[in-house]
Amino acid sequence: MRQTNRPLSPHLQVYKLPLTGIISITHRMTGVILALGLILYVVSFFYILQGNETYLELQSFLDYTIIRIALWFFIYALFFHLCHGIRHLIWDVGESFDRDDMNRNAIIELALSLVLTLIFY
Amino acid sequence: MVEFLLPKNSVLKKGKEFPAPKNAMRTKRFEIYRWNPDSGENPRIDTFHIDLDSCGPMVLDAVLKIKNDIDTTLAFRRSCREGVCGSCAMNVNGKNSLVCIKAIEDYEGTIKIFPLPHMDVIKDLVADMTNFFAQYSSIKPWIETQTPAPADRERLQSKEERKKLDGLYECVLCACCSTSCPSYWWNSDKYLGPAVLLQASRWLEDSRDENVGERLDELEDPYKLYRCHTIMSCTDTCPKGLNPAKAIADIKKMMVLRQQG
Repeated sequence: MRQTNRPLSPHLQVYKLPLTGIISITHRMTGVILALGLILYVVSFFYILQGNETYLELQSFLDYTIIRIALWFFIYALFFHLCHGIRHLIWDVGESFDRDDMNRNAIIELALSLVLTLIFY
Repeated sequence: MVEFLLPKNSVLKKGKEFPAPKNAMRTKRFEIYRWNPDSGENPRIDTFHIDLDSCGPMVLDAVLKIKNDIDTTLAFRRSCREGVCGSCAMNVNGKNSLVCIKAIEDYEGTIKIFPLPHMDVIKDLVADMTNFFAQYSSIKPWIETQTPAPADRERLQSKEERKKLDGLYECVLCACCSTSCPSYWWNSDKYLGPAVLLQASRWLEDSRDENVGERLDELEDPYKLYRCHTIMSCTDTCPKGLNPAKAIADIKKMMVLRQQG
């Protein structure tokens, strides 16, 4: 804990994080979303197991446009999390730290996860 | 600890406005963070309109002009005015830099100047660097040896050994990188931060240093080194063009390699 009467200078309020920073926090957020999504995924199995009626109920629920968009977002989050995970592995061997390439590589990650989502489709 | 909002005593208020002289042809608007410890008030943002025709080219020149000609109570650190002393580190339009090597004309619109982020403010743009330099001294930034020095000459390095220090020794400890790092914002009491870890790397890489093992033991800690999550804001902001993120990754690699023997 800080023990001072001095003010704390602004941080998140004023700082412009680079793309790599935004991607880093997104990686963490997608991690949380994917973990929660996994629980819903298991819940959906329970629905299916309870027979015909609940199966059809689930199917019509998943057909709502907003739910479909959420599912596509979930798949994109999965591939993005995978891509950034691989980037972390590359970083761990000490590569891909060039100042000039860091934002370019971040864009490649985002594009690649989009491509993977489309391929999945 | 992660706190997204500013504490109550740190929330910003609108401050005074200082117009440009009437005959000024080219003016630039500056917004500057102000806090006076004697006022008992919250920090405020003052607005200054500067006549560029009577001001030097760098952002530091404008800050100096404000202190000399407009408001002498403005407090900030500066010394060399050529990017080697590391004193004038500030947050300018959302990025940390040394304001003496940033040209005013490189910024469009209003230039907003804050003290280094997530630091205790002593006055105006002067941040309390006590913790930062205590962390620096904790990594023992000097050569440590076991063997006695050669009797007839200095401890020599080959050109290749010396080359390993390039990209590390140039650091001027301005703290731009450390205070740009969200991980350092939340854990500056335990995480050493990019600047100090780059310095740690500088001594680990030095061929004349004989305490590599102890240095790595010191860093083997869940917080000191491993709070780096490769956000890379440090590398993005370093005014000297160095790469703290890479230096930290190299230390992490040394940790793994030494376990393999």
